[in-house]
Amino acid sequence: MKFKTFAAFVGPSVFMMILFIALPLISVFIQSFQITQPVMQNLEVETCTPGFLTQTCVTELKTVPVIGEDGKTVTTTEWTGLQSYRNVLQMDKVWEAVSAGRLGDILQIDFWKALRFTLMFTLVTLPLVIGVGLLIALTVNNAAKALRGPVIFVSLLPFIITPVIGSLSIYWLFVGDGILTAMMESWSGTNISMFAQAWTIELLMYFYRVWHVAPFAFVIFYAGLQTVNMDTLESAIIDGANRWERLRHVIIPHLMPLIVFIALIHLMDCYRVFDEIIGFRSQAHVISLQWLTVDFLTPDDAGNRAISRAAASAMLTMIGIVFLLIWPLRRTWKDHKGGAH
Amino acid sequence: MSSVSRALRQPFGLRFASGAFLAFWCLLAAFPIVWIAVMSIKSPRDAFASSPWDVIVGPATLARGEGLSILDIVLGLVVLYFAIRWAFTRLPGLVMQYSPPSLIVLGWLVGAAVYALVFLLVFFGLLPLILGALNSVLGPLGEPVLGLTTQHYVAVWGENEFYRNFLNSLFVTAGVVTVSLTVGTLAGYGLARSGSDLAFWLLIAALVFRALPHSVLVAGYLPWFINSAEILRPIFGDLSPTLYGQPWAVIAVMVSINQPFTIWMLRSFFQNIPSELDEAARVDGCSHFQAFRRVIMPVMWPGVITTGLFAFLLAYNDFLVTSLLLDAQNQTMVPAIAGYFNRETTTTDQVEAVAAAVSITAPLFLLVMVFQRQIVSGLTAGAVKG
Repeated sequence: MKFKTFAAFVGPSVFMMILFIALPLISVFIQSFQITQPVMQNLEVETCTPGFLTQTCVTELKTVPVIGEDGKTVTTTEWTGLQSYRNVLQMDKVWEAVSAGRLGDILQIDFWKALRFTLMFTLVTLPLVIGVGLLIALTVNNAAKALRGPVIFVSLLPFIITPVIGSLSIYWLFVGDGILTAMMESWSGTNISMFAQAWTIELLMYFYRVWHVAPFAFVIFYAGLQTVNMDTLESAIIDGANRWERLRHVIIPHLMPLIVFIALIHLMDCYRVFDEIIGFRSQAHVISLQWLTVDFLTPDDAGNRAISRAAASAMLTMIGIVFLLIWPLRRTWKDHKGGAH
Repeated sequence: MSSVSRALRQPFGLRFASGAFLAFWCLLAAFPIVWIAVMSIKSPRDAFASSPWDVIVGPATLARGEGLSILDIVLGLVVLYFAIRWAFTRLPGLVMQYSPPSLIVLGWLVGAAVYALVFLLVFFGLLPLILGALNSVLGPLGEPVLGLTTQHYVAVWGENEFYRNFLNSLFVTAGVVTVSLTVGTLAGYGLARSGSDLAFWLLIAALVFRALPHSVLVAGYLPWFINSAEILRPIFGDLSPTLYGQPWAVIAVMVSINQPFTIWMLRSFFQNIPSELDEAARVDGCSHFQAFRRVIMPVMWPGVITTGLFAFLLAYNDFLVTSLLLDAQNQTMVPAIAGYFNRETTTTDQVEAVAAAVSITAPLFLLVMVFQRQIVSGLTAGAVKG
């Protein structure tokens, strides 16, 4: 294919990706070093109230935004260097906590709190998703043929459901005296509220994510299981391998590329955890990196969006993505060089 | 594995454990979804009752005289069974018969729409009328035994004007699916047929873009979108739009966000189409575009439909982008449900939120029913080739 034809085919797609992915990235990078604020001025305002004999007049010095000719507030954009990053990271508080020996205090700061949760969420759910997915695939493969279709249908439901709605549906089971909370209360005889402390919410979030992603892992593993080499399996039996050894030495190595694929996709998606925070309404207890950026972008009570802080937090989130992708990208590059595909 | 060899046969204990686990998983997978569906048709007191039996039977709902009799349940299930059976046995034949072969996709869309309309009319219009008459005649068999009320759905779709959000969702998802498939198919084909280094680097860049958190991108759009009227004024004059709050701007954004995934997936589908096919067309004197139009397009639909499903899911399920880039009057369904959180003060509000959630889930449920095979093949295609 000539370059010109190739360019014509991929042109629209590349154009859109540059316009809406690459350029916004550059824009975020620049914004994170800038701050845009309304220009403020100090005005002496004399307010008079009617009084006996004479008016009572008070002169005050007020800070008000400058209004331009078009009726909008005038804004300036300044370069502030790393100020926005400092605002997000709050390193001074971190060092204070370290020098005072209270490491737990670091997790009171929004960014570090979000980072802790995001990383833990990613690392805790990863093995669970792979394990549960593999288990479902093995059991479905074991089940009667007629059952497989309906089981796959039911299994796809948690995967396909809108994440916000999925987490809400679990939230409603546990909220207040929801059906499962009531059940646990009658078992344990104590009063349980699942949404009053961080760790129970986190547990529910882990559960939700495994519930949501395990079907994806299952479908892929199930497809992989169909191509397991029966001859190898049978020779393993002849060699006296028991079930567990067969799983360990024949089936899992066969599925290894799929495990790597799922792990990679799962790491990417988990690192972006956001919808759970909305569904479980956990803002007060548990937040994630992506939620932090969105929170900066949401207008506050005065209608201002903290764009530069959002940009800084977005760039910090990006650093994590870079770490995440180094290894798979190196692998792909080696494959490409080696010509093996 | 129909003829399992003796050595592979499993002991009873293992088979039992495996079956039990599978049953447990199915229960776990379906329970939250089924449960919110049950909650949504009960009066608030029943929906949040602490005994599961009360939620299912709904005594408070029954006390208000709203419910289904045994006859209703039996007849309803029979009609439902035949409706579903007919849809899978006779409907495809009718669609094939009446739509011209070149417009088969359109034929399916029309067929599905007509079917849905007839089904809704029969099930929610005709059936209640007949059953109402029958119930009053039959006496004890016609007494309601299972509480059911549609008041929350009426409130959500009627008073709260959820249909506006539904239409917005429809517009945004339809836009995202069409545009991203049009752009993505061309790119996927180009990438699959070009072995150049440039193609490789494009795919790698797409992989990196795939990993980006959406909030990073939205942080990049927001300042530009809000001020776009002023920024674009030198070019378009007074016609320049404010992109913030425009559904088509959101479509463009989501198409781009979805592009990396789309081109990876379509590329792997096109790689499965033998390149001898278009080479033969090229030998016969077609240009690349003609070969694509005449030879590839007729055989690419399975892959395109699968990719389209995933584009649909992304657009339909999105919360982050739409909640930040759209304003209140053209909000889509998923962010709109967050509006219920803020005023969720009474249990009635809560159950209305549940009803809205079920309304959002219902189309997805139908989607899995119809396209289960395509979804599964799409999931595996990415893994096996990628």
